[in-house]
Amino acid sequence: MEMNGFFFFVLLPYLALFSLLPASIYKYRVHGFRVSSLSSQLLENKLLFFGSRPFHWGIILLFFGHLIAFLIPASVLAWNEKPVRLYILEVAALSFGFMTLIGFLILVYRRLRVKRIRLVTSRMDVFVFLILAVQIVTGLYTALFFRWGSSWFATVLTPYLKSVFAFRPDVAAVTALPVMVKIHIASAFVLVGMIPYTRFMHFLVYPFVYFWRRYQIVIWNKRESA
Amino acid sequence: MNIKSQISIVFHLDKCIGCHTCSIACKNAWTDRKGAEYMWWNNVETKPGTGYPRRWEEQDLYRGGWEKDGSRVRLKGAGKIKGTGVIFQNPNLPALDNYYEPWTYRYEKLLDAPAGDDQPTAEPVSLITGDRITPKSGPNWDDDLGGSPIYARNDTNLSDLTETEKEALFQLERMVMFYLPRICNHCLNPACVAACPSGAIYKRGEDGIVLINQKKCRAWRLCVTACPYKKVYFNWNTGKSEKCILCYPRIETMQIPACMHSCVGRIRYLGVMLYDADRIREAASAEDRDIVGSQLDLFLDPNDPVVISQAKKSGIPDSTMEAARKSPVWKYVKEWGLALPLHPEFRTLPGLFYALPLLPAMATMENNFYSSTGSSLWNNVDDSRLPMKYLANLFSAGDTELVRNILKKMLAVRIHRRSVTVGDITEKEASRVLQDSGLSAGTADEIFRMTSLADYGDRFVIPPAHREEAVEAIENTFIRKENAGFGFREKPERGL
Ligand code: SF4
Ligand code: SF4
Repeated sequence: MEMNGFFFFVLLPYLALFSLLPASIYKYRVHGFRVSSLSSQLLENKLLFFGSRPFHWGIILLFFGHLIAFLIPASVLAWNEKPVRLYILEVAALSFGFMTLIGFLILVYRRLRVKRIRLVTSRMDVFVFLILAVQIVTGLYTALFFRWGSSWFATVLTPYLKSVFAFRPDVAAVTALPVMVKIHIASAFVLVGMIPYTRFMHFLVYPFVYFWRRYQIVIWNKRESA
Repeated sequence: MNIKSQISIVFHLDKCIGCHTCSIACKNAWTDRKGAEYMWWNNVETKPGTGYPRRWEEQDLYRGGWEKDGSRVRLKGAGKIKGTGVIFQNPNLPALDNYYEPWTYRYEKLLDAPAGDDQPTAEPVSLITGDRITPKSGPNWDDDLGGSPIYARNDTNLSDLTETEKEALFQLERMVMFYLPRICNHCLNPACVAACPSGAIYKRGEDGIVLINQKKCRAWRLCVTACPYKKVYFNWNTGKSEKCILCYPRIETMQIPACMHSCVGRIRYLGVMLYDADRIREAASAEDRDIVGSQLDLFLDPNDPVVISQAKKSGIPDSTMEAARKSPVWKYVKEWGLALPLHPEFRTLPGLFYALPLLPAMATMENNFYSSTGSSLWNNVDDSRLPMKYLANLFSAGDTELVRNILKKMLAVRIHRRSVTVGDITEKEASRVLQDSGLSAGTADEIFRMTSLADYGDRFVIPPAHREEAVEAIENTFIRKENAGFGFREKPERGL
């Protein structure tokens, strides 16, 4: 196994997990005050509408797309058997990709041009924007030039990722992938590993509990919450 | 019955002089920080006017509060489904420009400026960007009806007045205004709590104060949209929402909130109200025409033996009951019926009530003379310069009868006292007016005393917070005693 393959596809994912888990639990429990989505809507409202909405919806749908291909590769392959269905899936994914890109560009423009927003941009936010740029560009490149991602993800990447999670990493198939795809994968690991140290932390606190919580909350000093 | 106690408040609008001392006391105590510059947990608005943030009462715009949905209520612009839809960018959220860009002055320029032909000036600079700005709006830009063509005329509460009524209101010699101080209402059915996806906002069981857990807030900002009074503010620096805390650290040590302590007009009263928490849904979802009555009906008489025994079962301490019996809020709201909640139609069931302003009603213009006498002065509140409908839109969901009754009572108290102290009104006339308003001479005297002569102890009846019991519940009191007075505090640092 060549050195690079080992570093990027064996060491990096484990480093990422090792960085993600303890640090985010620690941050959540000890520094709750610093866990926030850090919304800047109060300072700028209009560009945010055109940036944040397509960006978030696009990237979330893409995330779930990747997740589905990872969790149920067989069903994805079965779906892709009919070319029409494959095209539908690929076109949908690609359009989510462009939605993300457009939103992202507007958000970058907003951060650079609106002084109020520049003032609440930290060094870590610069990192966030850079890594997102890498992810979006390599992702779109992959989608456009290495067809058909939804099929080969299921046959190449799903086994690799499973092998990582099973602690028996098998990188043979991954190291043979084009360099753009490799960058996409490796930078995804970096992104995951950096969650607790950046505003990415807000992924982990998405308020799912709200859906089954009662609307009103009363807290007593002495009694159990009623 | 599930009886709970609520620390409630009355603001007596007839006494507010619009000095803004309350706002400054609050600002100095709590919001004089980076990110909180534009927050006015306590603000004072001139009415008619569009308020702060501008046009906050217009729920077509901001979609705050609850709306009726069959036999229940639902959040107008937030909630489980609607909230998720707008979480990435919320179209109903006021932006900084709906408040104002906070600024300061470069005072050092007055000393540092090099010698020259002109006087040095302290230029205004933005507290956010540090750039030179020309302030174009502020938290009370329309104070005392300043700029009324853009502010007062656009007051949404005027919308169903006739054109002549409106015109009359803005003729220079008939101009009329009063002040409306506002803080968080610490509502019984708080929309902010219900809208927070993180569950960071909660109502305290013991005293009903509504607070935001700063460690759990994740900046989803739905509370800002949901509060129809726009009393939750978003801190742009820390990325957390903040709101009035009713000075709970002071209340727990039997001191009154800073705004109340500093109030020059002594318009503020604080006391306990008991209510039946099982009937909140019913009260919140009442029909439009019953909305005020059903909200006021929630509150229970602390002298009623049934309530007393039920309160014991619900775990209300005797000390709280004692405070409830002396509560000036109970007197104003229930016993005397002089105070109403602000915009009850938002259905959050506010814990803050307003004794209505009578003053603007008193004088009229007659043949170009300013006249504060004449028979109509004493007898007819309907002749007031401020249309009754306007007050009704603010305080009784449009029910002018409720407003008329209150104003009549207030006028009756004055007539009665004038007959006692000045004597130019006969006792017979005074008692006729009293009877007409439904007050006895004794009650009128009580109202008079509480309104004009009450001292600190009458105006503020704080129930003991029993923190010692709270400590017992969490840790061993002896260990606590050995450790108290020294602790660790986390700096409120912005996340990365
Ligand atoms: S007034 Fe206060 S308690 Fe009521 S909804 Fe607004 S913030 Fe919440
Ligand atoms: S301090 Fe009192 S009198 Fe002055 S504006 Fe505030 S509420 Fe009114």
